[in-house]
Amino acid sequence: MNVIGYTAVVAQVALVVAGAPLLTGLMRQVRAKLEGRAGAGLIQPWRDVRKLLRKQPITPTGTGPAFRAAPALLVATAAVVAALIPLVSTQTPVRRHADLIVVVALLALGTVALALAGLDSGTAFGGMGSSREMTVAGLVEPTMLLAVFALSIPAGTTNLPAIVSGAIHDPTRLASPAGLLATAALAVAVLAEAGRIPVDNPATHLELTMIHEAMVLEYAGPDLALVELGSQMRLTVLLGLLTSLFAPWGIATSATWTALAIALVLFALKVAALGAVLAAAEVFWAKVRLFRVPELLAGSFLLALLAVTASYFLSGTGGGL
Amino acid sequence: MPPRHPDRTIMEIDTSELPGIAADLLRDGHRLALVAAHHDDDSAPGGRALRVVYLLTAGPPDSRIELHVRLDAALPELPTLAHRSFPAGRFEREMHDLHGVRILDHPLPRRLVRHFHWPKGWYPMRPDAGPAPAFGEQEGPYPFLEVEGEGVYEIPVGPVHAGLIEPGHFRFSVVGETILKLKARLWFVHKGIEKLFQQRTIDAGLPLAERISGDTAVGHALAYCLAVEEATGIEVPPQAQRARALLLELERLYNHVTDLGALCNDVGHGILNAQALRVREQLLRLNENVTGHRLLRGGVIPGGATLRAVPDPEHLRAVRDDVSEIVSLALGHSTVRDRFTGTASLSLDAVRDLGCLGYVARASGLAHDARTAHPFTAHQPPTMAVRTTGDVLARFLVRAEEFDTSVDLVAQFAGDLQPGTARNPLPPPGAPARDSGVGIVEGWRGTITTRVELAADATLARVKPVDPSFFNWPALPLALADTIVPDFPLTNKSFNLSYAGNDL
Repeated sequence: MNVIGYTAVVAQVALVVAGAPLLTGLMRQVRAKLEGRAGAGLIQPWRDVRKLLRKQPITPTGTGPAFRAAPALLVATAAVVAALIPLVSTQTPVRRHADLIVVVALLALGTVALALAGLDSGTAFGGMGSSREMTVAGLVEPTMLLAVFALSIPAGTTNLPAIVSGAIHDPTRLASPAGLLATAALAVAVLAEAGRIPVDNPATHLELTMIHEAMVLEYAGPDLALVELGSQMRLTVLLGLLTSLFAPWGIATSATWTALAIALVLFALKVAALGAVLAAAEVFWAKVRLFRVPELLAGSFLLALLAVTASYFLSGTGGGL
Repeated sequence: MPPRHPDRTIMEIDTSELPGIAADLLRDGHRLALVAAHHDDDSAPGGRALRVVYLLTAGPPDSRIELHVRLDAALPELPTLAHRSFPAGRFEREMHDLHGVRILDHPLPRRLVRHFHWPKGWYPMRPDAGPAPAFGEQEGPYPFLEVEGEGVYEIPVGPVHAGLIEPGHFRFSVVGETILKLKARLWFVHKGIEKLFQQRTIDAGLPLAERISGDTAVGHALAYCLAVEEATGIEVPPQAQRARALLLELERLYNHVTDLGALCNDVGHGILNAQALRVREQLLRLNENVTGHRLLRGGVIPGGATLRAVPDPEHLRAVRDDVSEIVSLALGHSTVRDRFTGTASLSLDAVRDLGCLGYVARASGLAHDARTAHPFTAHQPPTMAVRTTGDVLARFLVRAEEFDTSVDLVAQFAGDLQPGTARNPLPPPGAPARDSGVGIVEGWRGTITTRVELAADATLARVKPVDPSFFNWPALPLALADTIVPDFPLTNKSFNLSYAGNDL
């Protein structure tokens, strides 16, 4: 059990780190194909990382520890989240610590680290990006918490592996009104948290419209590679969280090698499919006006609230919380 | 002396009469199209002087009135017209920076062209200026207006930008995300084009005119050629005029479709941009077939025009259907439409006061088009695209409508054109000549005015091109008041002003 459990944790982290740039490459490729362009290929993000890692590290004068620590912190938080949440197995040695509040807090830590780095750079763009990112984050975090709460009510715990294994054994929980509302709410929150259209445009070169990119404009070389990798890992982890919560089938609930192998393959397929769907959907969307972003997120918060309410009243086990 | 343009009159007046006469003309519906300073030497008909030419135009019917004012060459001083015309104030500042003319009582006597490092007392357009000196002692401070108040901060952007665009520095004063004030500082690409024109032959001036603004090769080349032809008095064959009109519309086509796509891209709807770029590429290849150059250089030549091929109207109609689909997809997309509607609206009063031109003016309700006001062929666009809301949506719609009209015009011109060169010869280099000419053309961005004066040996004594961007740049900050910062790139794209054409 222990060997397989540790292997599962290592495999989760390794798959997220190695697969995150590939997921970004896949999403860009899907978008390019749908727009009638050739695209740069699946492994372009890895080539970019390799290129950036070979460059000389430089930091702008006047920046302090916040600027230097942020890239490492971003990657570290994403890696810890990748280890904690049940992406391929619920039977891991860290499962007792995989609380959803811890997970949301770890993601928020990464966001805050980057926002502080943006402020630390002392440029107008850094401050502007940080201010926007914090505005969005302030609206996203409660939505994420509430949406997962809605799922934790039937399970009677905020422990993610418990929620996931509960859903595997009782799939009707997911098809309930609460489950569907929570899915919608969490999906919007994930889009905003990952800086995708319609909230932010990851492909833009227009510095005045940027949210995430504006904060990291001053990074170069290996630091930029870490920031890019960290952002890609966060996207992977967030999509992975979505699939684990709402399409948990295939996740290993028993500690066997075959279950683990199947779970790994299924995890990769599910996240790749979700990423491709997201990229395809983005082709048909446009970025909303910045002042409309709060409306969008307030809407998703409302969905999450309804999900919690529905969950509480319909499941009848609300007392478990 | 060769005949002048039948509609152009020249009035030699005294500086004291200038404000009164100019005010009367402006009140009559004329607009100040161009102001150019000339350093006449002793051999000039009026003797040594600094001669300032004000060109005021109106139309239709086509009216071009020139006011010539002679100033003391040693100590040129000029009364300002800035109180009556905003563009006049900018022309005067430009004249001060390049020629060292002192403008009396100017309400905004700040530098315009002169950048920080230009040495004090050096005026490049003066005949004795010589080659550009090393960076020298600055001419006084060059501050930005500081907006004060709680929570106000500044965002400096540029002159080097993230995208492949031209250099310009923008200073936003912002509260939260709302723009309180925007100051644009341009002239980073001042190349001294007016000086480079001097002493060239007429033929050698053409490549320079085509390169004033790379996306307006036909517009500037045509304005230059029309001016030169008036100055030398040569007639252009009607077939060549039709070919020129065709090239002018081809230039409008490829530029408008680029902007239609780019506006969609700036709101994150990239697929329409990908499609617009596909159409643009088709048009650029068509351009290459027609003139041998993707940006239509070489088609318009002094005295005539040359076409390698005539575009196929059927092909262009297919292109128009593509573009109509792109436009309807954009307008049918609720988010795209929401981003365009009401964004950065420019009032008709502002457009009138600033003297805006082209689609910027027409989107705010000012129906001005040099194709009808100052026609050079009998062919004119049947309709003029005008909107009244002045927002990004209006500028998008005006472009879309103009695209359709231009396709019709190209099809109409192509019907009775043959490939080949139609040209009347210019007077040989060195032939005696001394006269001036004016060319007015509705380029894709707006009205281009070029005024040419020839020297006694038929070389270019002075060429003054005025790109519509010179008039439209001041409108951008005005339209952006109370707009939010993330909407600036979209607004900027909807204006799509030329830096090169403005900076010269």
